[in-house]
Amino acid sequence: MVNKILFIAALIMMLAILLTLYRFFKGTTAADRLVAFDVMTVSSLSLIGLIAKFSDRIIYLDVAMVYGLLSFLGVIIVARYFEKGL
Amino acid sequence: MENSIVEIIGAFLVLIGSVFLFLGALGLVRMPDVFNRIQTGTKASTLGTFLTFFGLVFIMPEWWGKLILLIIFILMTNPVSSHVLARAAYCIKVPMFKKTVIDLYGKDAEKLFKKETKNE
Amino acid sequence: MLNIILAIFLGILIIVLAIMAVLNKNIVVAIIAAGAVSLFASVLYLILAAPDVAMTEAAIGSGLSTIIFFYVLNKINRQNG
Repeated sequence: MVNKILFIAALIMMLAILLTLYRFFKGTTAADRLVAFDVMTVSSLSLIGLIAKFSDRIIYLDVAMVYGLLSFLGVIIVARYFEKGL
Repeated sequence: MENSIVEIIGAFLVLIGSVFLFLGALGLVRMPDVFNRIQTGTKASTLGTFLTFFGLVFIMPEWWGKLILLIIFILMTNPVSSHVLARAAYCIKVPMFKKTVIDLYGKDAEKLFKKETKNE
Repeated sequence: MLNIILAIFLGILIIVLAIMAVLNKNIVVAIIAAGAVSLFASVLYLILAAPDVAMTEAAIGSGLSTIIFFYVLNKINRQNG
């Protein structure tokens, strides 16, 4: 029961990543693509949480922490380059 | 296959969180403007990730420490990144939607960016 | 079952993002796409049960190389006036 519901949740998350990929592919300006990158990484962050539950290893949550920190860093760097140069 | 009621509550929380993530992505496709996209995308995805990790606390009770740490991390960094994104998109003058009625940030932003460029 | 579906999905995603990073004219978009390729490759390493490789790939590919690319791009823009 629980595993089936979590499987459906993972499928819905993959569909969300596909929709943001559409915006990343088509978005007219560079800022649009940066927003799509942000939403895409946050969606895959919760997908990593589900992978950690399915394979029963707690070390995957450390990877999720590093992943969230680095995606945040990437967004901050590109935004700073847009404002006044790095 | 027998599951306790707490695990089923956690699984439904994860399902609601994934639905919120999907709605955020749908808003990212449907909205007409950069600023509308920033608002709908980052707000919905913050709530979706929060609900997903909160449901995983119910399913795996022995992992609560790292999961609560991840929830606090997401709640602190995601609004900051949305704010920085909106400020950068205003600074490079991304064109707004045609039906925008009010822009209260205009004069303050002109003064602020002029002072910053003078300092360099 | 989930691992197989997820591996195929991530592979297709990485190929699409890499083609976009090569063919795009705007250089900022190309750098963002290269960072996204590295982040999804990190998730792919994770479902192949190698968490240390995933952590290193995320740190170097997405953090360090993006910083270096934008530093060099800023220097080039400043030299051209």
